[in-house]
Amino acid sequence: MKLDTSGFETSMPTIGFGSSNDMLDGFSTVPSFDLPRTTDFDGFQKEAVQMVKPAKGTTTLAFIFKEGVMVAADSRASMGGYISSQSVKKIIEINPYMLGTMAGGAADCQFWHRNLGIKCRLHELANKRRISVSGASKLLANMLYSYRGMGLSVGTMIAGWDETGPGLYYVDNEGGRLKGDRFSVGSGSPYAYGVLDSGYKFDMTVEEASELARRSIYHATFRDGASGGVASVYHVGPNGWKKLSGDDVGELHYHYYPVPPAIAEQVMEEAAAE
Amino acid sequence: MTKQHANWSPYDNNGGTCVAIAGSDYCVIAADTRMSTGYSILSRDYSKIHNCKADKAVLSSSGFQADVKALQKVLKSRHLVYQHQHNKQMSCPAMAQLLSNTLYFKRFFPYYAFNVLGGLDEEGKGCVFTYDAVGSYEKVGYSAQGSGSTLIMPFLDNQLKSPSPLLLPAQDAITPLSEPEAVDLVKTVFASATERDIYTGDKLEIMILKADGIRTEVMELRKTLSECWQHTLSIVLIRISTLGSLCYLELCLKFSCVVNRFSFSYL
Repeated sequence: MKLDTSGFETSMPTIGFGSSNDMLDGFSTVPSFDLPRTTDFDGFQKEAVQMVKPAKGTTTLAFIFKEGVMVAADSRASMGGYISSQSVKKIIEINPYMLGTMAGGAADCQFWHRNLGIKCRLHELANKRRISVSGASKLLANMLYSYRGMGLSVGTMIAGWDETGPGLYYVDNEGGRLKGDRFSVGSGSPYAYGVLDSGYKFDMTVEEASELARRSIYHATFRDGASGGVASVYHVGPNGWKKLSGDDVGELHYHYYPVPPAIAEQVMEEAAAE
Repeated sequence: MTKQHANWSPYDNNGGTCVAIAGSDYCVIAADTRMSTGYSILSRDYSKIHNCKADKAVLSSSGFQADVKALQKVLKSRHLVYQHQHNKQMSCPAMAQLLSNTLYFKRFFPYYAFNVLGGLDEEGKGCVFTYDAVGSYEKVGYSAQGSGSTLIMPFLDNQLKSPSPLLLPAQDAITPLSEPEAVDLVKTVFASATERDIYTGDKLEIMILKADGIRTEVMELRKTLSECWQHTLSIVLIRISTLGSLCYLELCLKFSCVVNRFSFSYL
């Protein structure tokens, strides 16, 4: 059975034919990929995935409140039981007023967010105004839908501020796209939801919201082995995003739950006596 | 009728380890020179480092060397095209993104290559980029990839103590070590990895990139599990040959040649 690769064909005429399509180049259409010539595409992809070992296991969250959107994530990447990196950037800066979060395959998220950034910029140049968060998330969702079933692993949130105010969308590799106020994605998301939902109020200040986000990530890293590293918190306001904090979660633990000095001294005395 | 699955795989793992460390004005990239397949050694003198003809970026890759060779060719030609179009060499961060895109464009039939790219950035500071097989990359202060990476990374974490680049207020990820200290650390790290990883050994090739050029050093590593035994064996053989049993000598020599080609040998 020959694979139907018509999804990879460019639907636009090539450059030089239609004058109305001057703006279009390879980035506006679906990029074409080399495919292995095999009858068992799924089996091959399963084996290839074993080799690639996508960095699953993460905690990312984002929520809308009065002052904008708060986005936070951990920074651990794991390959099976091995921690391949403690300093992965899971909050991707698409452009100065839009952020995307990374969960699932690291390469997939990085590449498609970069691609989205290019498309957003082309939209700005073509239409002389910024793209809306709704539009950007739709572009990403449509791109991912064309690769549905091919083994991409992307669970991302697009957060930004456009003319209609703060916007937050969840987009995944199935091509699903959801608009919402609060999302958390990843293996640590149940823990993060617990803390986030119980502390959430729409009328928070920026400081309260950033503390809530940081605490949610910390609690998720405390209980989920696949999350850890540095908890980064970003705020998206009317003038774009700004990174508010980046704290090592180990140090956050002692910040939230300091060891009482009496007990510490007792332990040291006992150790000295031995 | 049950479906017959092909037993042929287009991939193979040729082993090996690559390490890179970034310093304040230098970058050290090192790789061993052993190429293996399964339990056999294909070559003891195969270089995994490729200098992309860019004086500011050096690529080192372990994994499947056929894919690595193809990847190096693609990068070299893309770099040449860039030089023709822009009349200058590619900078290290630009090369890093090019490599990421090149790897991702084979997302559904990946290059089985685990890469480390080292070089000097625009300001002359060392930078190391580490990749997975499909192109996700990040800028780090040091990295190890390949079969010995799980042995080497914890040691580098301990010695180099690089603060995370995600911390706010931002702290520099570059190690404060001097260049001779970093080269020494690399030699130590490989000597230790060779002891416990059968795919790492033979020779160590080190490239040191500085603003004034690239310098290469080669160091010998352990070739078999027990070279001292080989030495003892050769002494015993000389003693036996003086007693006149030459055929026994020939047999022992043949055995040691076979042993030479196996990466693990219970000697």
